[in-house]
Amino acid sequence: MPKDGGIGAATTRREDVRFLTGTGRYTDDIQTHAECAAIFARSTVANGIIKSIDTTAAAAMPGVLAIFTGEDFVEVGGNPAGWLINSRDGEPMKEPKRPVLAHGKVRHVGDAYAAVIAETVQQARDAAEMIEADIEELPAVVNMKDALAGDNFVHDEIGTNQCFDWGWIEDNRAATDEAIKNAHHVTTLELVNNRLVPNAMEPRCSIGSYHPGTGDYTLHTTSQNPHLTRLLISAFVMGIPENKLTVIAPDVGGGFGSKIYHYGEEALVLAAAKKLGRTVKWTADRSEAFLTDAHGRDHVTKIELAMDKDGNFLAFRTETHANVGAYLSNFATATPTFLHGTLMAGNYTVPLVYVNVKAVFTNTAPVDAYRGAGRPEATYSLERVIDMAAREIGRDPTDLRRQNFIKPDQYPYASAAGLEYDSGNYDALMDKMEEVSDKAGFAARRAESEAKGLLRGFGVNAYIEACGIAPSNLVGILGSRVGLYDAATVRVNATGNLSVMVGAHSHGQGHETVFPQVVAEMLGIDPMSIEIVHGDTSKIPFGMGTYGSRSLAVCGSAVVRATEKIINKAKKIAAHMLEAAEADIDFTDGEFSVAGTDKKVSFGEVALKAYIPHNFPLEDIEPGLEETAFYDPANFTYPSGAYCCEVEIDPETGKVRVDRMTAVDDFGNVINPMVVTGQVHGGLGQGIGQALLENTTYDENGQLLSASYMDYAMPRADDVPYYIVDHSQGNACTHNPLGVKGCGEAGAIGSPPTVVNAVIDAIQSGGMNVTHIDMPVSPHRVWAAMNNAK
Amino acid sequence: MYAFDIERPATVADAVAALSNEDAQALGGGQTLIPTLKARLASPEKLISLSGISEMQGMSSEGGALRIGGGTIHATVATEAAAIYPALAALASHIGDPAVRNRGTIGGSIANNDPAACYPAAALASGATIVTNSREIAADDYFQGMFTTALDEGEIVTAVSFPIPEKAHYEKFVQPASRFALVGVYVAKFADVVRVAVTGASNEGVHRWTAAEEALSANFSADALADLTVSADDLINDLHGSAEYRAHLVKVMTGRAVSKAK
Repeated sequence: MPKDGGIGAATTRREDVRFLTGTGRYTDDIQTHAECAAIFARSTVANGIIKSIDTTAAAAMPGVLAIFTGEDFVEVGGNPAGWLINSRDGEPMKEPKRPVLAHGKVRHVGDAYAAVIAETVQQARDAAEMIEADIEELPAVVNMKDALAGDNFVHDEIGTNQCFDWGWIEDNRAATDEAIKNAHHVTTLELVNNRLVPNAMEPRCSIGSYHPGTGDYTLHTTSQNPHLTRLLISAFVMGIPENKLTVIAPDVGGGFGSKIYHYGEEALVLAAAKKLGRTVKWTADRSEAFLTDAHGRDHVTKIELAMDKDGNFLAFRTETHANVGAYLSNFATATPTFLHGTLMAGNYTVPLVYVNVKAVFTNTAPVDAYRGAGRPEATYSLERVIDMAAREIGRDPTDLRRQNFIKPDQYPYASAAGLEYDSGNYDALMDKMEEVSDKAGFAARRAESEAKGLLRGFGVNAYIEACGIAPSNLVGILGSRVGLYDAATVRVNATGNLSVMVGAHSHGQGHETVFPQVVAEMLGIDPMSIEIVHGDTSKIPFGMGTYGSRSLAVCGSAVVRATEKIINKAKKIAAHMLEAAEADIDFTDGEFSVAGTDKKVSFGEVALKAYIPHNFPLEDIEPGLEETAFYDPANFTYPSGAYCCEVEIDPETGKVRVDRMTAVDDFGNVINPMVVTGQVHGGLGQGIGQALLENTTYDENGQLLSASYMDYAMPRADDVPYYIVDHSQGNACTHNPLGVKGCGEAGAIGSPPTVVNAVIDAIQSGGMNVTHIDMPVSPHRVWAAMNNAK
Repeated sequence: MYAFDIERPATVADAVAALSNEDAQALGGGQTLIPTLKARLASPEKLISLSGISEMQGMSSEGGALRIGGGTIHATVATEAAAIYPALAALASHIGDPAVRNRGTIGGSIANNDPAACYPAAALASGATIVTNSREIAADDYFQGMFTTALDEGEIVTAVSFPIPEKAHYEKFVQPASRFALVGVYVAKFADVVRVAVTGASNEGVHRWTAAEEALSANFSADALADLTVSADDLINDLHGSAEYRAHLVKVMTGRAVSKAK
């Protein structure tokens, strides 16, 4: 056992040394001799026909090396959707081609139709302005209902703006309708899950290079999953053989989902590198990030909850319109369906769930997974309608939830939305939340607020989410076009230290600290002797990267499996060294010993023997000490939590202040509680941002009005309270070797309904009959709602 | 950004001379101009930086007025005006963020006259005098609508002279994204009169709320506003608030400014 720094230790993050001292190495930090710059010409209209593009003047500008337009990519493939969804009638979803550069039509503001490569960024920018594009503007399709009603199609060739019309679970549809028709009480809520811009601190950046002597391509890029990017470029878009393409994602400054996907800029810099024999770099500016990073959420939902006379949940039924934007981003079709509909039973013993999702093309930026990806949308719908139902029937919102919770003795539990929850204890979470939040003190705090002329509300939320999406066999049946395993190679070096190559990618999650804690615990060695290698397809095994809170549950399990193989082989070597039977070798605290004797060798001595195999049983054991494991989970993991918050509202201005926020989560076993707490903090901040501040607004012409920080409100430090975070109530995941769940998205999933529920509670405490306000619950919206209710 | 030349004259006279070139543009603290240039929304051939002009720096008080050099940054006003004109110092301490406050200048703010900026409200409510290289302009004559002032081409705000009221306070309700004023109200109580200036709210830019001034001149109390209403006509209607909401906030912020004035 390591003396410290193993499983359960709140070790400080070793990667923070470079991040906090400005010595991180991000893609744009990489400077290559003779590199040149790419700048994209982007559409300023949301919908238009490209009648001609004249690059003559641009090509004559100083420093210009090449100009590309959509014509140059007609022969290459499109950027594909990663998940096939079939509509209720069995028809496959509509999959319009997503080209590297727009061809024929531009379909959203920011859609790139040309790229200029020049010696410098400034020259490329100057030349891009000289491109004469004759684009005939057409009316834009922005609103989803208009998109479905009209005959103005984002993609003329598919003849509809509906990507699919999905039902889940279709066999439950009639029974759900019947249950709602006959129920004692039905609560109906129409709500908007507001569109969000991901706003990673580091904008996207891609550098393509090509070696004419070998034909090797290298792409440095801001990616959460370099192997997936390589696969997409190789197999679908460019046709570059995988063995001739290396994709490297070095330090990445946040992704939140937006860097899962392959983007056309990555293909462009590779094509340009090949054509010019030069290294070509493109770095997005913040405006491009707003216009072209895949956005998140953007659901419009009607949800109904049917209850019997005692408040038992009988059915949930939802109808959702999910905006996918102008093109299908790689997982745009999975997010509103299998990552959303399957969670629509929540933490509850409801027997019937029916979810209908219509995905809609519009002349807006593509929408895809963003921190939480479908589960925040499910949780928000459920936990808002339950809160509303409790108020309608005069029940305490917490008690109504508790009454309908799945109980601890019911696991494994087959939910009405098709998942099998493996473990949990929602009452215990709620108990802990009430304790650590000092719920008992709320009445006194409300009185204090009222004495100051402020309204105070208490909001509660119970969530369950599904992360570490798996197994590959199941997701394949459901339409996934990729597997969802991960991989790790543990390389014990000759001097006893380790390099661990992982398929997961760390862009803020802390893998470089946490994964060594696991290996150190298993090997009984100092975690600082273990280095994590990630992000480079030439160094790491084929893994699926980081998203969906999967890294520890999936890739961490692969690390465990590979380390087990190391121990098994090391035991064989130790048995030889100690002249004992392998079965008699005991491995504890980093030492191999022979049971019942004082004979022992250290892990380091075994490592050295493996690489200097003198007097080595070569007929039985190969030299070296390096093992790889691929791990494909048996199921999702199911984190759950009970959250509460207290808000104060200034009734004169409508300004909401989150005063207290408590998050009690079941993450199963926790490897590093400090890192987990940090993940929850970040998620809570994003959730509060969604609930109170962030909104992505297009006007009727498809112009993005909230296209900069002057109009897009990000949460700042003084927008969030001191958080009370507890993860003492873990119930181990039953099917992965570490017993871990996932913590990366929980805060962003659990907090938005908590905040909105508290706002409604506060307003109602002032005697105003406001039952719902859409996010972001801005001062203006709160004031208007209160005004209308007076 | 497009390429440009930059000059950094040491005197107002040299700056004025440099600005006589019609392609030259004055650069104060650059908190509006630099982002505009970065977005390639402007392309001056030459920038004349005013930051090296020592006669436009710092502040002095004389005859019940505080004179602040046009090149003085907000952070300096926030600290050095605190004793003599605390309401103005408090306003300066809440403009933007520390980076903005350590680059942005009062002259730049007054010359730009952003409809949601803070300083124009202070200048108008205080009845300040805008001092330029060629003349002195009363605030009432100076602010002429959104991004519009009495300044002539090439004219530089060299100083702003603020009469110091008996009591004053600036109450800002921030726009959540930019944290400019969604509505900001500056109330200044002098011995004989009260002046109220509103920023952030109107399509016409900073303006006085004369009905409130009359009511408050008679009775300097938030209660004096009770019967007043603010018309939403000509107020800004945007992503962050309707004209009606802004009209409501004008009254609320005015009342709070009166209550907090000292």
